Amino acid sequence: QGKFTLLRDTRTDGSFLVHHFLSFYLRAGCKVCFVALLQSFSHYNIVAQKLGVSLTAAKERGQLVFLEGLKSCLDLLFGEEEEQSGQPSPLQFISESASNLKALFDFVRTSLTPAGSDSWKGPVLLVDDLSVLLSLGATPVAVLDFIHYCRVAVCSQLKGNIVVLVHSNEDSEDEENELVANSLCHHSDLILWVEGLATGFCKDVHGQIKIIKRVSLELTAEQDVVQIYQYKIQDKNVTFFARGLSAAVL
Amino acid sequence: MAVQAVDFAQHGSEDVDSSNGGNPLNVQVEASLLEPFFLLVGGRPKEGFYSVVKIQVGDLSNKKEKIPTILVFTEEDIYGLYSNLLFKYFLAEGVVCGHDLFVASAKEHPDNILKELPAPLLGDTYRNELGEEATAVKPEDFQDSMKIAWRYQNLPKMEASPTTSTKFGHYYDVSKTMSPELFQSIKWHSFYLPEELSSQPKMKTCNMNSAYARLLQSIQRIIYQEGFDGSDPQKKQKNILRIGIQSLGSMLWGDDICSSDTPEDIHSLTKFLYVLRGLLRKSLSACIITVPAHLIQNKAIMERVTNLSDMVVGLESFIGSERETNPLYKDYHGLVHVHQIPRLNSLICDVSDTKDLAFRLKRKLFTIERLHLPPDLSDTVSRASKQDLAESAKLLSSGCGAMAIGKKHLDF
Repeated sequence: QGKFTLLRDTRTDGSFLVHHFLSFYLRAGCKVCFVALLQSFSHYNIVAQKLGVSLTAAKERGQLVFLEGLKSCLDLLFGEEEEQSGQPSPLQFISESASNLKALFDFVRTSLTPAGSDSWKGPVLLVDDLSVLLSLGATPVAVLDFIHYCRVAVCSQLKGNIVVLVHSNEDSEDEENELVANSLCHHSDLILWVEGLATGFCKDVHGQIKIIKRVSLELTAEQDVVQIYQYKIQDKNVTFFARGLSAAVL
Repeated sequence: MAVQAVDFAQHGSEDVDSSNGGNPLNVQVEASLLEPFFLLVGGRPKEGFYSVVKIQVGDLSNKKEKIPTILVFTEEDIYGLYSNLLFKYFLAEGVVCGHDLFVASAKEHPDNILKELPAPLLGDTYRNELGEEATAVKPEDFQDSMKIAWRYQNLPKMEASPTTSTKFGHYYDVSKTMSPELFQSIKWHSFYLPEELSSQPKMKTCNMNSAYARLLQSIQRIIYQEGFDGSDPQKKQKNILRIGIQSLGSMLWGDDICSSDTPEDIHSLTKFLYVLRGLLRKSLSACIITVPAHLIQNKAIMERVTNLSDMVVGLESFIGSERETNPLYKDYHGLVHVHQIPRLNSLICDVSDTKDLAFRLKRKLFTIERLHLPPDLSDTVSRASKQDLAESAKLLSSGCGAMAIGKKHLDF
């Protein structure tokens, strides 16, 4: 409970982890607030169905609060003035000159604060992906502030979990993005770092995943536990195996 | 590497398709051979059926997919020749398939662009054309068995170019232009920036470059008016809108990311792409954009653009570069770098076997092929030339961030 997990990908696409966590938490009966900035609802829905979860059903029973960033942005830009009722759009920072993500944070907080009749287990915030906020004009500090506020609200107060995806790259020239990614690394309880293989493209092994449990944060003088596996993504699941032991080789 | 036709059913997005009741409709879709990955997927709307543009690499699959994607071509070729050619191919395929077109440009009037589309090779003429150009050896010639390399006897012949037996899309003859009669049946819209500057943008510009804002407004208006987003049940659109935007990010669009290291507004282009992505996702449309990436000083912008696009391909032509004389590349005119492939509606993306692609412009055809080393047939192999080839070979796998980048050159 109260854990912050960072999904980080380098030279490959780590979004399969997002799909996994989404279906995992929904199956576990948690209330999920999913800030989906990069893809449309039906994309996640189709993949989730392959993984055995129906997002539409979850939305209907109130277990899933889905913020579809693309749609929200369009409503903001092309929507009529009268349509926008008292509630400001969560992505309001795009149209304002001050880049502060307060509206987005308010949206997250109101979605995850339990209503009286809710019987869900702990709340979960899922973000895919944070790097998009930088592309839309938010400053790195604003993004980090947003995450900080979310941690206070979701992890500390509501005892929920947060899972966030960022892209990063060692020789990336996008300094703002690297700043956000590195800063989040320092504050995470668990880091799942997905990388493409250093030796190049391979059909049977799609990449490697480094699982870092930040035990050092607990101040017991222990070092972080690092485990490395390789993986292959298939249509409905992902298989993990020890390095060098891919099924194609054995 | 063959282009695969995708045979799939589409039942529209939730927004678009309400009256259809979500009935899966089977439509045969054809993809053009000339762009083995993507883009020129044409569809023929039969009555009552949705035809869908699909971008797919690899195997035949029967998925229910949605169409819209953003494609970004990076004009890494300095003279813009080849990216312009592919841009025109995309539009030409749209004309032949009967899709609606939307062409936006800041430097060339869309009417002129459309006058220069390559002519399609229809019927049997294309087989003859290919026959002249083909250098592939017929399988019958290799009946005698291999004596030394007998292990390779049973391996499938490597296909440098897609085979002619699979029928995808259409071939085009770059030496001829499309005849005006073909345009009669389609509807096309244009956006020429110098003409649009006089009107005021009605939408909130959101600190975006005003040229981009106008373009977005124009696209949104067409999508809404022509019913591509399904919002108006009376205007049920069964067709696809193909959007082509030329040289986005260049100075002609009023953006200074190509001219300055510290541009005034680094977010305009990415905001534009994000909003465009939203528009495409909720409508029946596909888009190709060419970007002069070699001019953009701030590489962070290109990284963000790559993340926001479904598919990113870079063209690197050999004109004027040292690679023109490199023996590795003597048959080709340039390289194709794939930076991103679409991963829509599934956990995996279909990846082809190889990442090393090169293109060449023959007299009439433009082809994209697997890059392979020419056979080393020289009697005296000097160390210098071997080193050269090894260096070039190291550069082979340096593309495609979607899977992995090989930094270490493994030499067996």
